[in-house]
Amino acid sequence: MEMVKVTVDNQQVEVPKGSTILEAAKKVGIKIPTLCYHEDLDVKAMCRICVVEVVGARTLQAACSQPVSDGMVIITNSPAVRRARKINLELLLSNHPQDCLNCVRNQRCELQSLADQLGVQQQRFRPKTKTKSPRDESTAALIRDPEKCILCRRCVEVCHQVQSVGAISPANRGIDTEIAPAGGVDLNDVACVQCGQCSLVCPVGAIYEQDHTERVWSALADSSKHVVVQTAPAIRVSIGEEFGLEPGQVSTGKLVAALRRLGFARVFDTDFTADLTIIEEGHELLERLNKGGTLPMITSCSPGWIKFIEHFYPEYLAHLSTCKSPQQMFGALAKTYYAEKTGIDPKDIYVVSIMPCTAKKYECGRPEMTDSGYADVDAALTTRELAKMIRLAGIDFASLPEEEYDAPLGISTGAAVIFGASGGVMEAALRTVYEVVTEETLASVDFKAVRGLEGIKEAEVDLKGTKVKVAVANGLGNARKLMDLIKEGKADYQFIEIMCCPGGCIGGGGQPIPTTNAIREKRIKAIYDADLGLPLRKSHENPAVKTLYEEFLKKPLGEKSHHLLHTDYTKRGKYPEAANR
Amino acid sequence: MTIYRSHVLVCGGTPCVLKGARTLKDLLLKEIERYQLSDEIRVVETGCLGPCDDGPVLIVYPEGAMYSKLKPTDILKIVEHHLLKGRIVEELVFRERKSSAGALQGSAVPLEQEKYLSLQKRVVLRNCGRINPDSIDEYIANNGYLALGQAVTTLTSDQVVKIVADSKLQGRGGAGFPTGLKWSFTAKTTSDQKYIICNADEGEPGTFKDRLIMEGDPHGIIEGMAIAGYAVGASQGIIYIRGEYGLSIERMKNAIKQATDYGLLGKKILGTEFNFEIDVRSGAGAYVCGEETALIESLEGNRGEPRVKPPFPGIAGLWGKPTIVNNVETLANIAPIILNGPEWFRSIGTENCPGTKVFTMLGDINNQGLVEVPMGITLREIVYEVGGGIPGGRGFKMAQTGGTSGGCLPSEFLDMPMDYDTLSKVGSALGSGAMLIIDDTHCIVDVLKSFMKFFCHESCGKCTPCREGTTRLYEIVLALSEGTATDTEIQLLKELSGAMQLSALCGLGQSAPNSLLTCLNFFADEFQAHLNGQCPSGICKNLTIESEAV
Ligand SMILES: Cc1cc2nc3c(=O)[nH]c(=O)nc-3n(C[C@H](O)[C@H](O)[C@H](O)COP(=O)(O)O)c2cc1C
Ligand code: SF4
Ligand code: SF4
Ligand code: SF4
Ligand code: SF4
Ligand code: FES
Ligand code: FES
Repeated sequence: MEMVKVTVDNQQVEVPKGSTILEAAKKVGIKIPTLCYHEDLDVKAMCRICVVEVVGARTLQAACSQPVSDGMVIITNSPAVRRARKINLELLLSNHPQDCLNCVRNQRCELQSLADQLGVQQQRFRPKTKTKSPRDESTAALIRDPEKCILCRRCVEVCHQVQSVGAISPANRGIDTEIAPAGGVDLNDVACVQCGQCSLVCPVGAIYEQDHTERVWSALADSSKHVVVQTAPAIRVSIGEEFGLEPGQVSTGKLVAALRRLGFARVFDTDFTADLTIIEEGHELLERLNKGGTLPMITSCSPGWIKFIEHFYPEYLAHLSTCKSPQQMFGALAKTYYAEKTGIDPKDIYVVSIMPCTAKKYECGRPEMTDSGYADVDAALTTRELAKMIRLAGIDFASLPEEEYDAPLGISTGAAVIFGASGGVMEAALRTVYEVVTEETLASVDFKAVRGLEGIKEAEVDLKGTKVKVAVANGLGNARKLMDLIKEGKADYQFIEIMCCPGGCIGGGGQPIPTTNAIREKRIKAIYDADLGLPLRKSHENPAVKTLYEEFLKKPLGEKSHHLLHTDYTKRGKYPEAANR
Repeated sequence: MTIYRSHVLVCGGTPCVLKGARTLKDLLLKEIERYQLSDEIRVVETGCLGPCDDGPVLIVYPEGAMYSKLKPTDILKIVEHHLLKGRIVEELVFRERKSSAGALQGSAVPLEQEKYLSLQKRVVLRNCGRINPDSIDEYIANNGYLALGQAVTTLTSDQVVKIVADSKLQGRGGAGFPTGLKWSFTAKTTSDQKYIICNADEGEPGTFKDRLIMEGDPHGIIEGMAIAGYAVGASQGIIYIRGEYGLSIERMKNAIKQATDYGLLGKKILGTEFNFEIDVRSGAGAYVCGEETALIESLEGNRGEPRVKPPFPGIAGLWGKPTIVNNVETLANIAPIILNGPEWFRSIGTENCPGTKVFTMLGDINNQGLVEVPMGITLREIVYEVGGGIPGGRGFKMAQTGGTSGGCLPSEFLDMPMDYDTLSKVGSALGSGAMLIIDDTHCIVDVLKSFMKFFCHESCGKCTPCREGTTRLYEIVLALSEGTATDTEIQLLKELSGAMQLSALCGLGQSAPNSLLTCLNFFADEFQAHLNGQCPSGICKNLTIESEAV
């Protein structure tokens, strides 16, 4: 690698050619303040907070985007630098509601902490007079608040480049610039998939999830309700971060304990229905392979992905597995099987799910998700919302004891845990399908080729003579690439796993902020650690699932399964009219 | 070949066309035919002849008599007296509004005999108003495409770059970047595709030099672009023309077609291996789309916003390919430089900034319009000689040089030479050459209010200092004019201006405070007066006039 020598604040440093000033400064221990910059994104040079002096340059340079050159002399802290940074920050603040106390991001806000860091203590510009567009609460999952937006455009890049959805873009010019859906319509009227990836990168409180905590508090306070909770696989490896634990730690036991202290009658695990999904979906795959059904079959547990294919590839809906997502299978069973078993009237059962995902809020509100005769899931909280409830209840998370999930809907295997990471559903399915088809025990259950953050992964499995080629994509931009391959007839896969969010659910739009790729890696590692630590690691070995089939469902893809666990999809268009049918 | 006794050049510039020049031309042709003069007199439509305010205009050669403010009855008179009998119709002849001057571009031969001829020097306007812009033959007859021929048949690409570099030509689009240096960066890149973009967006209010060049001498631009293409190894040219410039678009398209028919554009130009084609694209209209990277974004179909530099367009521009963006006027200089050599070019203008510059004179000045003069002419010469002074004999208060983004210079600077180097040293700019003259009846605060409003409107909204700062600058200047500004706000105004100049992403935000800062510097008293609730010029409502208050 070609190296260049630069001087940052009188310190000599050697960095690879093409490094930015920001990176060079970091190497000598200087953290230049930034706002629009995000370590995983290309967006930069908008906010002008990171400006520095480069000796010989006419103007200050944006450290986040300016590459260093050999011999460059950089001054990161001079009166001109401090003045420009502060003025730029003051400009942003002067056009921003002074509303921190009522804001979702209070104390977790990059703008707020910059104001502290740069020593802004007084408002020197006149109070703002112009108002921006009203808050957009049109979608089930998200709220956009243009008043709070500081126009860093991180969300735009995520939505266009990472997710290839392109639901929001800059509109208008100058001081009237806003980030908005095209044509001035509501977010619900464009092809937004409600993945919440935008909310994950927003430095301020300008895009955030629809609040479900209030309804959960009310249900918990209602003595006529039997409130049960399910936790998605990816929560146990991320919730700790909300309470100061290092990313990459597994907090399953504390999570269960916290939920119990919040007052949930039963603490169950979405992993139970993840195992169930594998049984149903595995059999569906085998049926398609044997009977010449539509292939490749594509997984259906990620609601953002489902909405994406409905909008952008509606002619390929037959490729989707008809299995509901584990969240929805859980809700349907809680209000039927569990209700029967416990003799509780399903109308009094209230199902809360803790999800890494904002799109789950949308999913549980889809009109078809009422097969139990009621809304199968009543509230879907993000990891962030759960943390908020735990804080409000004054529970000291870090010092909680480790507790166990309740039976029967809390019993699961390692195969279900890995659903939380990209490639996990595929690996879990392969563990089961292999053993069902070959009737042999796998020597090693680890299918490492499908693990990790890489956008598209491939593998081939030999099922006693029949070779099955599989692919895994995470992030909708990669999903689009795979779909285009299918469209062009270039994809010879039999089975594809697609997760809407980069890295899978561990990187979901409802996860703690920050969620960066580096943090995703750590959560992924934690997921596989959790899998390794479990006695059972194959879905078909889950005893509670076996009992469920014996007592209730009878057989995979049977009549009851068909009614409660499977679903169908809706063709939607790319454009507002069609999206809003 | 027919020899014509007389040529009548009818102005086909937009202002004249809007005032009925085309109808007059038809009438003229009819009359000429009626007198059976068609074999003796040739009627040619030209680009803007200069004195647009006095249009429609026409010039009769060889006498070089210019007639202005023409009505149909005037045409009858001109044909009957001048064309038929050879007697100039004195009462219709164009007179400068202020007789001392006379160097308005295009005012053609009779004026060239006047005493200020020495100030004029036509390089880029060499053909404007003198040849039929719709005729490639006339262009060729005036040494047109000779430079291209020489370049592609006798010079290497590197030699062409060197000639341009040696000429010290600086870009005429605003920043004054050395053209030869710019070309050399792109020439060094290797790429399957490179582009030459001619920047004809001309968003500067009141400026229309690029339009004049396109309408008056489209082949001059084509030739410059083709030479640029040869020099850097580009085979595709694009002219990005402001959408409102309908006639320019028409003329450029026609000229491209002619040049293509003649084999001067297209494949294997003049039998060499050099290929070059040109497309015309029309711009969306925002001022910032004239900024080269915003222009490229707009060409790619995106929101017209500047990109982060580096990479510079010369390395990665349109569709990520090496791209030269040059102003119309810059490109119009190329063929003469190749033909006459760099020494010739350097003999015009100043040592560091050679060549000529087309200035647009606007505001309180008798001769509004365009003039091409050598670089380094003083402000005084522009105002009092070329421009014919200030109407009503009023006093000079200041000149904003370089367009809306330039600084304002008071009378102390009247003897300052107008060139890129000198002006940037005093916090102003030469920019595109727009000169706004403001007389002593105006109020600085009031004038600045309209400048600042312009930037509020034109900020693209990408970066913080400009998006938010332009509105704040306007807000404080407005407060000054209403008598509600405070001392601390003036301090803030200075701090904000400095931060914008230093930290905005593109030239628009960086230069938006220039006029304000120079005025704060040179007219401090007037600001103080406004802080005290007085407007010395009596223009700002709500404020008292100083003398009355005393
Ligand atoms: C806000 C802004 C507007 C500009 N508008 C124009 C324009 O209308 N025409 C132009 O040639 N250059 C314009 N420029 C300068 C271009 O960015 C670029 O420097 C120029 O086209 C390069 O050509 P030159 O080297 O021949 O001058 C503008 C720059 C800025 C910052
Ligand atoms: S976004 Fe940040 S600065 Fe703005 S109100 Fe919320 S917490 Fe405060
Ligand atoms: S939720 Fe996803 S699709 Fe919708 S705007 Fe945000 S990033 Fe785009
Ligand atoms: S919504 Fe958030 S991420 Fe998007 S531009 Fe505004 S502040 Fe940035
Ligand atoms: S300086 Fe102004 S015009 Fe230029 S990028 Fe920034 S906001 Fe846009
Ligand atoms: S962090 Fe560099 S400009 Fe925003
Ligand atoms: S348009 Fe006719 S003189 Fe300018």
